[in-house]
Amino acid sequence: MNIIKIMDHLSDSELLNKKGSRRDSFDQLRTLGKNLAVASIPFGLAATSSKTRAATMAMPASFMMASPTEILNFALALEYLERNFYQMGLDTSGLIPSEDQAVFAQISKHETSHVDFLLAALGDDAIEEPTFDFTGAPGGLNLDTFSNYQTFMALAQGFEDTGVRAYKGQAGGLIDDDALLTYALQIHSVEAQHASQVRRMRGEKGWITKSENTLPSAFDAIYQGSTPESNLTQGGVNLSGMFNSVGGDKAVTESFDEPLTMDEVNAIASIFIV
Amino acid sequence: MKNKVKVSEVGSIKNGRRRFLKLSGAAVVGSGILLMAGCSDDDDAPLPPNGIFDLGTGDLGVLNYAYALEQLEADFYTRVVNNANFRSAFSENEQEVMTDLYYHEVIHRDFFKTAIGAAVGNDESLMLPILEFDYAGLDFSNRDTVLATSQSLEDTGVRAYNGAGKLLSDPGYLLIAGKIVSVEARHASAIRNIIATGTIDGSSSSAFAGDDVIDPVTGLGQAFPPKEIIAAAGGFITTPFTYMEQGVG
Repeated sequence: MNIIKIMDHLSDSELLNKKGSRRDSFDQLRTLGKNLAVASIPFGLAATSSKTRAATMAMPASFMMASPTEILNFALALEYLERNFYQMGLDTSGLIPSEDQAVFAQISKHETSHVDFLLAALGDDAIEEPTFDFTGAPGGLNLDTFSNYQTFMALAQGFEDTGVRAYKGQAGGLIDDDALLTYALQIHSVEAQHASQVRRMRGEKGWITKSENTLPSAFDAIYQGSTPESNLTQGGVNLSGMFNSVGGDKAVTESFDEPLTMDEVNAIASIFIV
Repeated sequence: MKNKVKVSEVGSIKNGRRRFLKLSGAAVVGSGILLMAGCSDDDDAPLPPNGIFDLGTGDLGVLNYAYALEQLEADFYTRVVNNANFRSAFSENEQEVMTDLYYHEVIHRDFFKTAIGAAVGNDESLMLPILEFDYAGLDFSNRDTVLATSQSLEDTGVRAYNGAGKLLSDPGYLLIAGKIVSVEARHASAIRNIIATGTIDGSSSSAFAGDDVIDPVTGLGQAFPPKEIIAAAGGFITTPFTYMEQGVG
């Protein structure tokens, strides 16, 4: 079953509104088709567990512009994920080499601050922290995240680049709230500084060329999407071929980071949400 | 020691611009992104006092403001990569980084030039002219001073876009600003790390996202209003301009 069909099915309101555990949703999907490893990516879209309020709050079913509260909770879900990920990494003895500790301690500090900041901003509206599984088991993966530093680094890059794209995609929803928009931008640029650093430590450029990456193929969606990182159209105009004397199309794609929609981000995050 | 050079356009851009303008007519229909507020009654640019250009108001002002900053960055890196000592002053990895930054900033600059041009119907009286710069004797053959200036410009770019987002009213422009600011932040991270660790991939320092630019308590990056940005970056810009709506000039 291809992902488009699954997504169509997931937009079926009956399925989305059906009360049930996440496992129920999972089983319903299982009956739909096969190849769960591939199909697993959008499972989060159908999360209906009352327990995982995070999942439902952070995943509006429609493509309408989200409200500021929905956007902040969406951001909070991502920051919970990042905070949890780095804390576990730093707490895992022998995972992060001592010479790299300064970098991940700094990133972890920021992600913790972002969670605290968003919790304060949301007050009673804040979602609870979901349960994360960084093996990717909820998405059908079996990653050695906390026993293999290379895997940990790859996920760090993936989370940071996803974070950049996620905040970018929601900026428009905050355009009428100057304070919230500015705060979101102030987090957005920090995620980009993290992403650049981890990418260079992994031997990639700090910026994204086309949709190229060295992550496991299960994470292609991080650089794809309805506006892929390889996008050459800016402001409605195709820039392809216009900058051949300054790096050409590759450099054009590096010069503009692209957004992901809320649904696209949730599909990525759901790989790690129990 | 004055080192004044007029920014020269990269060869392909003339063609590129023609193509941009030609395409933009069709593009406007679907996207609306290139529709400018510059034409409405409220947004008429004030007459320039003493012939000094004013960046304008509303979204047009912000675009001209961004264009000014991108002109500065592009001019700076053009000088860096064309300096006779570039290849001896920087390691190969560093040369690649600096060359990429040169590419990106020229692309940003020319993107704004063409976008603003298309948006104001090529009315040059509304488009920031090509600026001139003076780096007060900065030694472009000296790795350390080049890197320090680069960091200053990239940090400034991040602060400026973060602070300008709220001044935009068109979501399309806001998205474009968002697409660019994170690239500036990626640059800042890279340059900061080169300065702190001596290599592009060094990992011994938190300077890539240091406490000096990211509040260690809130985890927020900086966001400065145009007045502060222009006061800081304006030192390099010799062509006078005002941004009256934002209290500059």
